[in-house]
Amino acid sequence: MHLSLCDFLSDITQNSLEAGASLVKVKIRQTLEDIEFCVEDNGKGMREELLKKVTDPFYSDKEKHIKRRVGLGIPFLIQATEVVDGQFSLQSKEGEGTTVTFKFPLNHIDCPPIGDIALTILSLLIYSMQYEVEVTRTYQNKGYVVVRSQLEEVLEDFSSPANLFLLKQYLRSQEAALDDN
Amino acid sequence: MAKMTLQELRKLRDSKKSELDRRDIGSKDSQIIVGMGTCGIAAGAKTVLDAFIEELNARQISNVAVTQSGCMGLCYVEPTVEVISPGMPPVIYGKVDTEVAKRIIRDHILEKKMVSEHVFDRPSVDIIKDGGK
Repeated sequence: MHLSLCDFLSDITQNSLEAGASLVKVKIRQTLEDIEFCVEDNGKGMREELLKKVTDPFYSDKEKHIKRRVGLGIPFLIQATEVVDGQFSLQSKEGEGTTVTFKFPLNHIDCPPIGDIALTILSLLIYSMQYEVEVTRTYQNKGYVVVRSQLEEVLEDFSSPANLFLLKQYLRSQEAALDDN
Repeated sequence: MAKMTLQELRKLRDSKKSELDRRDIGSKDSQIIVGMGTCGIAAGAKTVLDAFIEELNARQISNVAVTQSGCMGLCYVEPTVEVISPGMPPVIYGKVDTEVAKRIIRDHILEKKMVSEHVFDRPSVDIIKDGGK
């Protein structure tokens, strides 16, 4: 379904926002061998019975699409990690929030490309609602942190094309610095 | 590319802002909403978002708001983009790619002409806007 690992990240973070989270913490930890994504939110969370159901591709809470018979985000992610002997974990507590973690071995022949991290972070920041996102991105021993409220204070307007262009450049420069020696 | 600091970003942003103020452009007239639901992501909506950012910047257009929504319910023709522009009816475009994005800006936004082959209807409500109920 999704072409790159970043697409899975976009998908999962959307779940957090749809669950009413006001704070989403994203960690992207990359080494030479693997890359791990962790999405932790303070949304409405899930009870034990629901946790078991969400991994079923034929389960949908029918909130988004009333007649829908499939809910594919999490099942597809699980399948993708299984294909490459990666890791997946899902923890949730009703009323408190949910944490999804997934790890992919980069050297596995079937591992999807990582994708465009800068663009993905940008997309994560620009929903037109009140919410906070903290992204901690590391590659080996280097890294950077992106906090939505900080960028909002600097840019003021996340819908202005000029600001979006600048934001993209800002994020690209953070990513590029990870490759510098 | 040297790593940009927040101060540098702020300076760039302020200089752009005063530049635009001098051109006397008022508040936003048009709105472009890129559908970024699961279906949209899988179909490449992020590339479409990027295309709008690049093209609007290349054309130095600033009175267009670019935002995202969740799934608009037209999963079979993703990527979808809703365009609300004065003088035009609100439209949802489907099967949008980089080229169609450029046409939307050139034809729909600038010349007030619909990109007819890509027009679709909207059956669903976006639940991301309400932060999930």
